[in-house]
Amino acid sequence: MANITINNTAVDVEPGQTILEAAKTVDGVYIPTLCHMNLEGFNVEHRVGSCRVCMVEAEQGGRKRMVPACCTPIADGMKVVTNTPEVIQARRIVLELMLSDHPFECLTCPKNQGCELQALAREFGVEHLSYTGAQSTYPVDVSSGGIKRDLNKCIMCRRCETACSDIQTVKTLTGYGRGFNAVVASPEMMPLKNTNCVMCGQCVNVCPTAALTGISYTKKVWRDLANPKKTVVVQIAPAVRVAIGEAFGFEPGTDFTGRMVAGLRKLGFKAVFDTNFGADLTIMEEATEIISRVTKGENLPVLTSCCPGWVNFLEFQFPDLVNIPSSCKSPQQMWGAIAKSYYAEKIGVKPGDMTVVSIMPCQAKKYEAARPEFKHNGVPDVDYVVTTRELARMFTEAGIDVAKLQDEAFDDPLGESTGAAVIFGATGGVMEAALRTAYEWVTKKELKDVNLTAVRGMEGVRHAEIDLDGLKLKVAVASGLGNARTLLEKIQSGECQYHVIEIMACPGGCINGGGQPLIHADTHILEQRIKGLYSIDAGSAKRKSHENPSIQKLYREFLGEPGGHKAHSLLHTIYHKR
Amino acid sequence: MLKMEKINTHAELLERYEALRHLLALRVREDGVKSEFDRDILVCGGTGCMASSSNALVENLKTALAVHGLSKKVQVLKTGCFGFCEKGPIVLVQPENVFYTQVTPEDAKVIVEEHILGGKQVERLLYEEPISKKRIPESREMPFYKKQMRIALRNCGLINPERVAEAIAAEGFQALGKVLTEYTREQVIEIMLASGLRGRGGAGFPVGLKWRAAKNAAGAEKFIICNADEGDPGAFMDRSIMEGDPCSVLEAMAIAGYCVGSEQGIIYIRAEYPLAIARLEMAIAQCRELGLLGKNILGTGLNFDVRLQLGAGAFVCGEETALLCSIEGKRGEPTTKPPFPAEKGLWDMPSCVNNVETLANIPAIILKGADWYASIGTEKSKGTKVFALAGRINNVGLVEVPMGTTLREIVFDIGGGIRGGGEFKAVQTGGPSGGCITKEGLDTPITYENLTAIGSMMGSGGMIVMDERTCMVDIAKFYLEFTLDESCGKCTPCRIGNKRLHELLTTITEGKAEDDVIEKLEVLGEVIKKTSLCGLGQTSPNPVLSTIKYFREEYEAHIKDHKCPAGVCKNLKQYWVVDEKCIGCTACARNCPAKCISGKTKEIHYVDQSKCIKCGVCFTKCKFEAIEIR
Repeated sequence: MANITINNTAVDVEPGQTILEAAKTVDGVYIPTLCHMNLEGFNVEHRVGSCRVCMVEAEQGGRKRMVPACCTPIADGMKVVTNTPEVIQARRIVLELMLSDHPFECLTCPKNQGCELQALAREFGVEHLSYTGAQSTYPVDVSSGGIKRDLNKCIMCRRCETACSDIQTVKTLTGYGRGFNAVVASPEMMPLKNTNCVMCGQCVNVCPTAALTGISYTKKVWRDLANPKKTVVVQIAPAVRVAIGEAFGFEPGTDFTGRMVAGLRKLGFKAVFDTNFGADLTIMEEATEIISRVTKGENLPVLTSCCPGWVNFLEFQFPDLVNIPSSCKSPQQMWGAIAKSYYAEKIGVKPGDMTVVSIMPCQAKKYEAARPEFKHNGVPDVDYVVTTRELARMFTEAGIDVAKLQDEAFDDPLGESTGAAVIFGATGGVMEAALRTAYEWVTKKELKDVNLTAVRGMEGVRHAEIDLDGLKLKVAVASGLGNARTLLEKIQSGECQYHVIEIMACPGGCINGGGQPLIHADTHILEQRIKGLYSIDAGSAKRKSHENPSIQKLYREFLGEPGGHKAHSLLHTIYHKR
Repeated sequence: MLKMEKINTHAELLERYEALRHLLALRVREDGVKSEFDRDILVCGGTGCMASSSNALVENLKTALAVHGLSKKVQVLKTGCFGFCEKGPIVLVQPENVFYTQVTPEDAKVIVEEHILGGKQVERLLYEEPISKKRIPESREMPFYKKQMRIALRNCGLINPERVAEAIAAEGFQALGKVLTEYTREQVIEIMLASGLRGRGGAGFPVGLKWRAAKNAAGAEKFIICNADEGDPGAFMDRSIMEGDPCSVLEAMAIAGYCVGSEQGIIYIRAEYPLAIARLEMAIAQCRELGLLGKNILGTGLNFDVRLQLGAGAFVCGEETALLCSIEGKRGEPTTKPPFPAEKGLWDMPSCVNNVETLANIPAIILKGADWYASIGTEKSKGTKVFALAGRINNVGLVEVPMGTTLREIVFDIGGGIRGGGEFKAVQTGGPSGGCITKEGLDTPITYENLTAIGSMMGSGGMIVMDERTCMVDIAKFYLEFTLDESCGKCTPCRIGNKRLHELLTTITEGKAEDDVIEKLEVLGEVIKKTSLCGLGQTSPNPVLSTIKYFREEYEAHIKDHKCPAGVCKNLKQYWVVDEKCIGCTACARNCPAKCISGKTKEIHYVDQSKCIKCGVCFTKCKFEAIEIR
């Protein structure tokens, strides 16, 4: 243990701890931070020390100097003072400098009141800037259709770089330019569209300002809702329901399904459906494909394909593996395809007159919905993707106090689902759902305990072996693209062999998607959301996808056999080397 | 070419030294050793002199000698830099030690015919002392060299840097042999500590402590890194050492390798130094052949090899953590210390980063002893330091002086005073992050501590002399422009703070400054110094703060009176017609590109100040001195 003092209070700290960590153990001591970010749940601490907001005075060996608390390890005998007048002045000037190169458009900024820079300015009581001058003037990049980059708002905290390069290993974002012109950008400042960005949106989730935000299509949704010629229907992804409550002050993990359905009806949607229906459908197709490929022993492992960020990553980074993911479309796209065929036919609406809106926890879904493969006769299966954060805004904009609404149920038939579908929102959920069905189909026996806990959890890579009556199925689950890369490289080298692998681009799965309410580095929130999903599953009457009556009816009335010809043409896709 | 047989032991190295001593016999003039030539003609082969055609000069000398059948009796060879770059290309004829300056390729014939054949010095090529106008034939008698003491530069201008044999003849690698056969690793550190050698790259950290930290740090591999990313504008001592004596750097790195426990050395050198790169590569190849690099050096079991890593010439990569990032292939930007590179450096392994000049001192310290080195200099700043003299000074060049020499001695004795006879105003030391020192500071003995105390720093040894024609606000702005350009932009104070400092300075030079601008500069400058991440930002406001400190009235003249006393700041210049002198010739009005001068023929003209673009055309066109600058 090292003995130090912080503001004259003696503290015993573990060697190696930073001043910031040590200060958190002292009551009444608070050190402001901005660039620092500790994603405890993923064992990632971003302490680049670039913003210089957390400066404190440290005296050691008779020498006093200012040091950044977030990345200065304590040393025995150190005397730290966190709030001398000099320290306060230095912090304030550093903050004012940052503000002096920041657009003053808080009122019209998508991060208004959610911005960490703005919060600091309020904390410090900044009312005028002592130093002003030239400001950055970069064109705003909306080329990707999913992620908006406004480098004029970049404060060089580099969190996005850590998310993109260290956690996701995508490496689209890096420090670029020098001096006053330094920003975090794609190589050569290329528009995102032309880069290897996979649109996972993890950069958006960690950006303290609005340098990285999602591109919103809510205006188009409002326009279609106002258009009497349009039949506007909506689907809600599983991970949204356990997170949107946070936007209205509820605990993470609170099940907001019923209130959200009610709210969406009030917004004017003709029918409110569930992406979980699409998830159950996905399991029907995917389990069929898994059983077929595993029993034939061909083209293994089967990789799940629900996650568009992951699909992008595979297409960019592992082009030699594009033939191994399951050919199943994602639940969003399966749902869209059925809505614009089966359902449109049922209600007698032309696909072109129907608008399908998806409420998604994800930025990559915006890109996925726009992929040319997912259009029929020029009509997209999914028209607009609205993220969780954006939906919360739509509710507030419309003056709908969702928190006070009575629960309502989804519409039929595309709203019915099982517990197996809702867990798609957590890492391991797709695997568990697929195994529940595959087990029963292969063994022809009832799966008594559907809780396959071996594939659950937040750990980046997990392995399990499931006994399907003699067929020992080796499976792996990875979330976060860095973990996915590790796993795929082991498969390429032959070090590991699996039958089935589930991969989700975002660490923890869709509950941590790029469109979810911001967690501000509190990974504990993610665990609560996961818990919320599993508790919905546990409370469901039916917990296996193939037991979903509406799905059974869909096959009877429309699709025929899982994996059959019609199912293939509507529900499956191919992948491209990029 | 001499045989390049491998040297297997320290004893063999000493034998080889004896066998090769004749190579330098004419130049060091020791008794009992005889050269195979009658004369050596040394031509500076440094970058500066080569840019002034010293290559062609060498060829012409060889041709002229051949014409007279002297090729076997007189050898012509290229050496490293002599330091007296102002008067390059330099030719030194040995053994008589006659020093010719500003020699052109056309002079080759004269030198051969008059001097070599005729035995008579070529008077017009001798150095002329600017005050007495006397011609001085011997370099030792020249004021430029008199007060110098060359340790780091000891072999520059003495040996042919492209032949390791000549380095061996100059006692090269004997320090390595001695260390490997006589000293423990800890003893080497003790010698370094006792010598008092401190880093010559800027911060002045004791070499022994750095080595000890790297030695004691645990790591599967360790690295010896030579920081050759010399970036201060005007500083070129590291380049000259690598060009003139590459072996001393390699030898010192091997000594460090032994001491720290590293088998790999990397020289991070900017790609803009092609000659230094070529000379280092030649030296590395020859050293490998001779067994002085590679496996089992001198039969002692030491394995150590060196490779070059070319940098793109970013100033910030001279900062050691940024340098390491760059070697790893990342964007060159500094990281927070601790951890220090000695604990966790390249690829997270203990890495010892030393600057070129620092390393070049080490073989001499080992051979002559720590006490010898510690006897030179002052109590806390030992040994010598190389300075690159530039600016408004007569003798521009590279000088090496004992620590504790005063600025006055360097500027006026060695540097020959102000060029053009102007008055000394200030000297900027420490490169773009240093500060300005005034007349009052001229008698300060140069040490790390003294320079810091008067608001400047040692830095890598740049020394730029300014006279009364220099505007101190403008000079502060100039240096800040450099750091603005070279800042990596990682931390807020350096990225935005320096920009704001520069903008404030610009308001001053444009006459638009507000009254509290000096206070704002001081406050912001101090904050940038205290809060920046690396040495670049922590020192970047120095030029501003030190000029404010010493030349406050000059700032105030700009701010309050809108006047630039040195007449440099264009926007503060006003061109006025002197009524008494104007004869109404219309030359000014006709040539004015802004058409802001009015007046009829034979009448007094008038400059409309609101439209004047300060181009100065009227001033140069007027034949009657009727335009004055106010």
